[in-house]
Amino acid sequence: MTATATQPETAKKTSWFSYVKSSFKPKNYVSYAVLALLIAFFLIFGKSFKQTNVLMLEKISYSVIAALSLSLVVGFLGELSLGQAGFMCLGAYLGGYFQTYVYGAFSQSLPLLSLLLTMLLGGFFAALAGLIIGLPALRLKGDYLAIVTLAFGEIVKVVFRNLKTFGAEKGMETVRYSSSSLYIIGFFAVLFTLAVIRNFIKSKHGRAVTAIRDNEIAARAMGVNVTYYKLVVFVLSAFFAGVAGVLFSNANYTIKSISFDYNYSIDILVMVVLGGMGSLNGTMLSAALITFLNAKLSTVLTGDLAALQKLVYALVLVLIVIYNNAPKLKTFREKYNLRRLREKLSAALHRLIFKKHPAEDPAAEKPDAADWSNIPTKVPMDAILSTDFTPDAVTDEDKPDKPERNEPHENAEAKQ
Amino acid sequence: MSKLLETLIGGLSQGGVYALIALGYTMVYGIAKMLNFAHGDIIMVGGYTIMVFFYQTGMPIVALLAAIVVCIAVGLLTERLAYRPLRGASPLAVLITAIGVSSLLQSLTQLIFGTASSMVIVNTFGTIKIGSLVVEVSTLITLFSAAAVMLALTLFVNKTKTGKAMLAVSEDQGAAKLMGIGVNRVIAITFAVGSALAALAGYFSLLKSPSVSITMGSLPGIKAFTAAVIGGIGSIPGAMLGGILLGVIETACNAAGLANWTLAIEFAVLIVILLVRPTGLLGKKRREKV
Repeated sequence: MTATATQPETAKKTSWFSYVKSSFKPKNYVSYAVLALLIAFFLIFGKSFKQTNVLMLEKISYSVIAALSLSLVVGFLGELSLGQAGFMCLGAYLGGYFQTYVYGAFSQSLPLLSLLLTMLLGGFFAALAGLIIGLPALRLKGDYLAIVTLAFGEIVKVVFRNLKTFGAEKGMETVRYSSSSLYIIGFFAVLFTLAVIRNFIKSKHGRAVTAIRDNEIAARAMGVNVTYYKLVVFVLSAFFAGVAGVLFSNANYTIKSISFDYNYSIDILVMVVLGGMGSLNGTMLSAALITFLNAKLSTVLTGDLAALQKLVYALVLVLIVIYNNAPKLKTFREKYNLRRLREKLSAALHRLIFKKHPAEDPAAEKPDAADWSNIPTKVPMDAILSTDFTPDAVTDEDKPDKPERNEPHENAEAKQ
Repeated sequence: MSKLLETLIGGLSQGGVYALIALGYTMVYGIAKMLNFAHGDIIMVGGYTIMVFFYQTGMPIVALLAAIVVCIAVGLLTERLAYRPLRGASPLAVLITAIGVSSLLQSLTQLIFGTASSMVIVNTFGTIKIGSLVVEVSTLITLFSAAAVMLALTLFVNKTKTGKAMLAVSEDQGAAKLMGIGVNRVIAITFAVGSALAALAGYFSLLKSPSVSITMGSLPGIKAFTAAVIGGIGSIPGAMLGGILLGVIETACNAAGLANWTLAIEFAVLIVILLVRPTGLLGKKRREKV
């Protein structure tokens, strides 16, 4: 009895221990160091930040969350959602409404708690909308899903523009999280989003989702519940878009539904695509960079020249998508890309530090699903594939033991 | 009663414009299997071309012809440079490229012509009285020309050799290639036809409201896209049906004093129709193959 009782306990212990151990792998040290440095930086210099820089950091935090949430749908599920701004709009308006008019007094006395509650509420409402729209819409796919999400975003915009409760066309004035440390909350919100999305992607569920992206029919045949996973991704993505919306409403004094139009959805999409679909780091980097550049460029390029900025983004978007996807550029792409360069560099670094080659582990995680086909196997595939199975080559010894059951035709011929 | 009829005529005429744009979407989708998000912006290119040539020559017909030529050129150019390299790539990549091309066309035009919108008054026809009805002549022109163009297009697709080649490519690209049909050529022709229709639609929308702006094509584009999806994207009669349905709904909503909600109602109709019939009203259900 003791043996059966202790066994699960030890199993639990080792798994917990291994989790901690895996978090402290050497490859994570750099990340922790950067995180600690950033927090220290904020703590020491945060008070003396200029107002414009604080605004920039706030902007970056909600853009990154919005981009991460869209990257879940576009990069990992492989469906296009053009209504991400609609979910943000819902989160911003409903969250802002609760924060200002429902527990307004509470927002004054306990601003941090109220903000966190609002983020949860905004995310919840957006997720609810994601569920309501996703449940029927996910029967559709590809282009049809894209148009339905676009329609959803536009409907949300029109509804908020026309309802008197939410200030109609003038927009809604909201209680702002008054402290200038909103960007720190935003920073932790980004970390939280990243942790949830990353863990989701790395889990069994995430593998199911990427399987749907790579081949939906095959995934279904392997027993993946496609509708369920699509819905989960959709709702999760809507939730974080709602959280981003709450941060948006707290960073701006008035919310206007016009800010969440179709073009804003496209902007988020551009961040995801430029960062690399299916790459969370890339998405965050490009979201931060694009937000930064947009803010800087909009002060430099005014009037008609503002189009120049849009032109460059559009051009870069088209070129990157063509470079990454054109069938004719495949060999070129495989020869020259940043990932290969990074692998080479890190291998060189590894040799430099440890004086030996990095261990060749065939079971190591491959970043690209296609790389799995290059894993060395013990099964001689070539020999199997080159075996001749035509009937002529089958000799008498090769025939099955009970031919009458398997091949009645041949049996009939043999009797004659 | 006469008010109702006027609304209906207005709706049919607006629906005709949407149908013309929707035909561009649906033909390209049926044949190249891609959503050409930049189609709405071809209307805008047409609008600006009409403006330039109308100011230069003063003749609307010349301006319209010039717009058709320029739109075809732009359509072919985008097809050649942006979409053809991606033939055979994932649909998502093509869709995102199309969105990029749309943004590109808008910002290029903005760089050339500036942000401000300008007026182009091509509608000098006035109104006409039929019994107790008062109708704008331009509305009737739009209605009848749209009907004529749709009829001509139906004949072109069903009777001519090129049209049949289009049908074959939309049915099975690989088999069409084996039968000796130049798939790239057929797709280019489709883009050209779609762009010409978009130029016409640009002219008709200028008849209705004489203002040219960078975003003049966005909303009609999205609405026509909705119309194409309602009718079943890829189906030519479906695009006509969807366009006319959407035009009538829009005019009816405006007449009923719900102008602020029109867009929401139209999209709600789209969502409801897609839920009942996931491939649109006249769309064919395709079996997925591995």
